[in-house]
Amino acid sequence: MPSSADRKLNLYALTWRLPIIFWQFIFFVGPVLFMVAMSFFLVKNYRMTEAFEFVNWSKMLSRGYFWDSYWYTVFIAGVSTLCAMCIAFPAAFALAFRASENTRRWAIFLLIIPFFTSYLVRTFSWFVILSENGVINGMLNYIGLGPYTMLNTNFGTLVGYMTLTLPLVVILQTVTMANIDKNLIEAARNLGCSAFRTIWQVIIPLSKTGLIIAAIFCFILSFGDFVAPFYLGGSQEPTLPILILDTTKSGQQWPRAAVVAIMMMGTLFAIAFTGIALAYRKKKGAK
Amino acid sequence: MNQSRTLNVVLGIYVAMVFAFVFAPIIFSMIFSFNSQRFPTIPLGEFTTEWYAKILADPDVWEAALNSLIVSCSTALIATFLGFCTAYSDFRYNFRFKGPYLALILLPPTIPLIIMALAMLAWFSKIGMSGQLYSIIIAHSVLTAPFAMAVIRLRLNQMDPDLESAAWNLGGSEWQTMRHVIIPFCKPAIFSALFLTAAVSFDEFAVSWFVSGLNKTLPVIILEIVQGNIDPQVNAIGTFVFLISMTLVVLAQVFFASRQMKSIKT
Repeated sequence: MPSSADRKLNLYALTWRLPIIFWQFIFFVGPVLFMVAMSFFLVKNYRMTEAFEFVNWSKMLSRGYFWDSYWYTVFIAGVSTLCAMCIAFPAAFALAFRASENTRRWAIFLLIIPFFTSYLVRTFSWFVILSENGVINGMLNYIGLGPYTMLNTNFGTLVGYMTLTLPLVVILQTVTMANIDKNLIEAARNLGCSAFRTIWQVIIPLSKTGLIIAAIFCFILSFGDFVAPFYLGGSQEPTLPILILDTTKSGQQWPRAAVVAIMMMGTLFAIAFTGIALAYRKKKGAK
Repeated sequence: MNQSRTLNVVLGIYVAMVFAFVFAPIIFSMIFSFNSQRFPTIPLGEFTTEWYAKILADPDVWEAALNSLIVSCSTALIATFLGFCTAYSDFRYNFRFKGPYLALILLPPTIPLIIMALAMLAWFSKIGMSGQLYSIIIAHSVLTAPFAMAVIRLRLNQMDPDLESAAWNLGGSEWQTMRHVIIPFCKPAIFSALFLTAAVSFDEFAVSWFVSGLNKTLPVIILEIVQGNIDPQVNAIGTFVFLISMTLVVLAQVFFASRQMKSIKT
């Protein structure tokens, strides 16, 4: 809360206000706008020339492989979100309602740790664990099962996505549910509501906003990650981030990569806005 | 009651399984870094420090470590400065376009890194700043400033707004108040923000990889090794990076906690 409705602009005020405006305009707004402009540039003899043509757009959007990749990415990120939300829910429920305040704080602290460990190294670790003669198949071998192929499949990709998103989703769900007024849950139980119905009709509606925000973050992270589908999914069906990577790194087709990037941002904005609109929508009828 | 206890046990096991999944790759990578097999499986091979010896003897790794150090320290300083300025402006002033102003600093982390990487690469090439160590520093400061801002803003929330006015009434100028009241009050949060942004920058690979050119940081080296082959050196570097990041995070947490203790006391 601002301490006073201080509106006067002097050197002091500007000193604190201007740095971020200056910095972000040059190094954040600049790059993003330039990327949009770049999607209209031309590439001739492996050199990018500034122009205003729709060639890249029409070329990319008329290609079957782009749309295959697009829908596959939407699909796999959606599945990832669904998995993360479902896997996280019981754990977050336990931490929010069954654990002491202290345990919960420790659990959240532990779940923050993965954000500061190299995601690449974790993915590499999964690569070794999941491979045909890796740790899991080695263990299964003792009880006479396997070997199972887990790498280069959707399962592999999803394991990678879960590594990336699960800690965040558990944290967000736990915090949301821990903030619910416990009296409301007590009341529901006292009025004879079954445990399942309490979850479904009291807890989930009350934590709707937080749950949707967790889902949005999960989708954004999965949608934009190139590591899991590349190393664990084998990129047989390239996702959009891999498409960007290939177009930028191997060819000099930056403008086409920009088209893909803009399509991705558009999709994410659409999904985020829909989600937020849903999250803050006033309930009709109920109550 | 009995039923509830069973449920607690089941949920407890479930939570443990989720944590096991989250920590399995971290722990296995540490184990593998001391394991003699090039392709680790069960049963494990012998204990070895071969991979550590290898990375220590590799000048590329040393250079990358130095680059990483420079990048994360510089990023921390710039991002924390920007974060502080913005947090204070948000705390103290009401002004038009405050929404877009805050969006300017808070938006970057919501955009996938690969897109930021492409945009930064293209822009830096355009303005002739690509392929340098400072390109990474600039890119990282854009990405991490929001974290610094959040940490410092939370601290300012705990400050009594009258404290500033009191200092003015006692004859302090705005600048003196900043220097003797606000900055000391925010000090723990500033340190917290420094360590936090350094840790995030230390691990970032996508943007670094795109804009770095020949100046590789440790995560970029990891990325390149992983692309080539199965090489347990990755685990050794990873464990090393993990220890550094964890030290930074724990330091950030210590300052965060000390600040909470103080606020309880006062």
